Amino acid sequence: MIGDWLDIGPVGQISPGNARTLPVQGGEEIAIFHTLDNQFYALVNKCPHRHGPLSQGIVHGAVVTCPLHSWNISLKTGQALGDDQGCVPTIPVRVDAGRLYLLRSAVVGAQAPAHAA
Amino acid sequence: MVATPLQRLVVIGNGMAGCRAVEEVLARDPAVYRITIFGAEPRVNYNRIMLSPVLAGEKTFEDIVINDAAWYADNGITLVAGDPVVAIDRAARTVTAASGRVEPYDRLLLATGSDPFIIPVPGASLPGVVTFRDLDDVDKMLRAADAGGQAVVIGGGLLGLEAAHGLSLRGMGVTVIHLMPTLMERQLDEAAGYLLKTELERRGQTILTGADTAEILERNGRVAGVRLKDGREISADLVVMAVGIRPATALAKSAGLAVERGIVVDDHMVTSDPAILAVGECVQHRGACYGLVAPLWEMCRAAADMAVGRPGAGFAGSVTSTKLKVSGIDLFSAGDFSGGADCEDIVMRDAARGLYKRVVVQGGRVVGAVLYGDTSDGAWYFDLLKRGAEIADMREKLIFGQAHALSGGAAADPLAAMAALPDDAEVCGCNGVSKGTVMATIAGGACSLDAVRSQCKASASCGSCTGLVEQLLALSLGENVQSGPKTMCKCTTFTHADVRRLIVEREFKLIPQVMQELNWSTPDGCASCRPALNYYLLCALPGTYQDDQQSRFVNERLHANIQKDGTYSVVPRMWGGMTNPGELRAIADATEKYGRMVKVTGGQRLDIFGVKKEDLPKIWADLNAAGMVSGHAYGKSLRTVKTCVGSEWCRFGTQDSTGLGIRIEHMTWGSWMPHKFKIAVSGCPRNCAEATIKDFGVICVDSGYELHVGGNGGIHVRATDLLCKVTTEAEAMQVCAAFVQLYREEAWYLERTAPWIERVGLAHIKASLFDAPDAVERLAARFAYSQKFSQDDPWARRVGGEDAELHQHLGEFRPFPTPALLEAAE
Repeated sequence: MIGDWLDIGPVGQISPGNARTLPVQGGEEIAIFHTLDNQFYALVNKCPHRHGPLSQGIVHGAVVTCPLHSWNISLKTGQALGDDQGCVPTIPVRVDAGRLYLLRSAVVGAQAPAHAA
Repeated sequence: MVATPLQRLVVIGNGMAGCRAVEEVLARDPAVYRITIFGAEPRVNYNRIMLSPVLAGEKTFEDIVINDAAWYADNGITLVAGDPVVAIDRAARTVTAASGRVEPYDRLLLATGSDPFIIPVPGASLPGVVTFRDLDDVDKMLRAADAGGQAVVIGGGLLGLEAAHGLSLRGMGVTVIHLMPTLMERQLDEAAGYLLKTELERRGQTILTGADTAEILERNGRVAGVRLKDGREISADLVVMAVGIRPATALAKSAGLAVERGIVVDDHMVTSDPAILAVGECVQHRGACYGLVAPLWEMCRAAADMAVGRPGAGFAGSVTSTKLKVSGIDLFSAGDFSGGADCEDIVMRDAARGLYKRVVVQGGRVVGAVLYGDTSDGAWYFDLLKRGAEIADMREKLIFGQAHALSGGAAADPLAAMAALPDDAEVCGCNGVSKGTVMATIAGGACSLDAVRSQCKASASCGSCTGLVEQLLALSLGENVQSGPKTMCKCTTFTHADVRRLIVEREFKLIPQVMQELNWSTPDGCASCRPALNYYLLCALPGTYQDDQQSRFVNERLHANIQKDGTYSVVPRMWGGMTNPGELRAIADATEKYGRMVKVTGGQRLDIFGVKKEDLPKIWADLNAAGMVSGHAYGKSLRTVKTCVGSEWCRFGTQDSTGLGIRIEHMTWGSWMPHKFKIAVSGCPRNCAEATIKDFGVICVDSGYELHVGGNGGIHVRATDLLCKVTTEAEAMQVCAAFVQLYREEAWYLERTAPWIERVGLAHIKASLFDAPDAVERLAARFAYSQKFSQDDPWARRVGGEDAELHQHLGEFRPFPTPALLEAAE
């Protein structure tokens, strides 16, 4: 378990409706979201549009609205919703005994999305 | 007489799981085992989940006994009650009880259940602090309730709320303390949690969410109250800890069995020792532990199959459903809402009946459901969920429940169902409008929802029949229905105007309440409606509304302006555009320390660019130390008051425009508005401060002050309209305050003063301000009242440590090189 999953601390660090960030040395910063119905998701912290920090967006349902140009990104799939096209990598999250875990291989291997038009 | 039993089965645990497993074994083959059951409690087996009704006085202990003494006798079972097993010798295959009694086994079944979790705070072991797990706990609570007084229940989950309900019925004053923002957050979403909280409060309980217990207080050797981490104290004669349960694994662990969170079992409920099985809340199966009863039954069947030597498919894990056993509150929750890709929410709300239903669908199947107010379809949804049934055929009608979704014919097509309704059927309950009346109104020329609303009042009040009226329009006019005014967002059929009006009329207090009462179609809104509702409530309830940070755009949450690279810019306030060498030095130093560029803005102040999120509290500390506060350059709020130098220096100046600007800025700073708001004061009609393209502009003239409104220098340049002329500075300031308040109370969110005035007309503004002799005075007084709560510097609060987590990373991950992992910071 320890080798596959990265322990990033207790669930209480992220209040519902908020997100926090995990910089990765030599890799992409990860945004971890806590939705209002108490689910956790993790995405590369870059909007597929103009690389806005998704962690700073408003969270509603399982969607975050990017703070730069209001693209709506699905927290479950990383896909841009509506008429916008683009996708940001997601990182599997596991909650166990009150702690949050990210899939290590996904954290290390995450690539930023290319700029969309 | 059965044949001589060949083997000895010892069961540790006389609870629901242990006894059910024995029943299952007996049902399969009563002749395999001679059975001994050890129980820690000195009584026969009873239905633990019915302790809540016993506490509430709705049932007695006798009502909840599952297996009485005769059952043990009839089945040749030896019950050792009140003598818990303290050791297992796996090599010798014996168990030893507390009394010293030793019992040999061929097959051992562990059903030790779970222990209530006691939060480790000072005072947790005081007399008067109880858990809610067994009949002894209930007896303690009943004795406390006989004496009356106050009870505090720590934990707003299923168990805690049932304890609170029981104690409340027994006459105690009850306060529930819950750590999370939503009651029963594991089963309920925000909307259902809100409804539940409202109902419990209506019944007289005090519900404190987001409340973290710091200490149990003591007086005369007994519990006296609870102190929260925020300093609040609640007095109590009884404290019930109901924060959760933990699998009881100590015995298994000391016997050397594999134990993680629970006793690890395979699909056949076999532990790491093939002679030992385990079932119930004490086990961990495929990584999951269960605290609800339905999966326990499935485990018992799998264990019994194994015990009689005929292992079947085994236990494959279970989805669970929950019903709250509080009389008069119908609440159901099943499945989970995390889902995977492609989950869809179907939401139905009926404010009039206090109804909320949410079904989560994924890949054409139900994966979760929350029902509040009417749980009659809970079993049906749960069945669809467990079977993984295809629901594509009834997707449109699913939310209306089993009866509706499964009936064919007219109900299959909502339009056909509407057409089939008789003319005298009531469509709008608020205004008593029948289908016939609506149809006649449409036939008479009303071809939009708005026209129907204004002509026959259908759907003009609460709006919950809007969908029905729209169907009638579609039936009558087909494609020729004119779309009505734009709704606030896709989550609602209401316009901004409707929502603002209804918030005030119906005295709504919270965002989830507005969403419920106005039939929002999404569980928690969207990025458009959340900030708007937050503002409308803030404006309607100065001083009492708790600002919802999760409904604020990032700039207002971080009190700085986000830039394209994710850094922020910081603008300290310069009152009336005035500064001094000390402030300039501090800005220069702060820019060198934390920024990358400094720029003069159009609003006569300085903007420091390139500041990182985590450096914001530090730069604010430096700016605060030099006497500067937030300039709110990031907010839907008062931005700047731009001035010229006025009569103090200028040879043309007629009045002290700089001084007036500074005084106006001191009056208006910090106020939240529908959109950004800019003010300027020019000292003469040459208008160097560009007051005629501001939201509120003052042009000083020899004889007094011309007050202008509704200017804009943005995409659509609009010069101001002259509102009035006054003779004194005090009058100018009062009209300014009144105009700002009128805009705050009437404009729609994200509507600047220019489009607002064009929409409502300058005549309306003038009438609102000047028709009644005291209108200006009253509006200005409301503004002044609201300002009492908004004029504290948000930067200083952050410097003081408030919301520190918004500025901090969780930690940093360094995959290469070694050390391979830097643990998260907290």
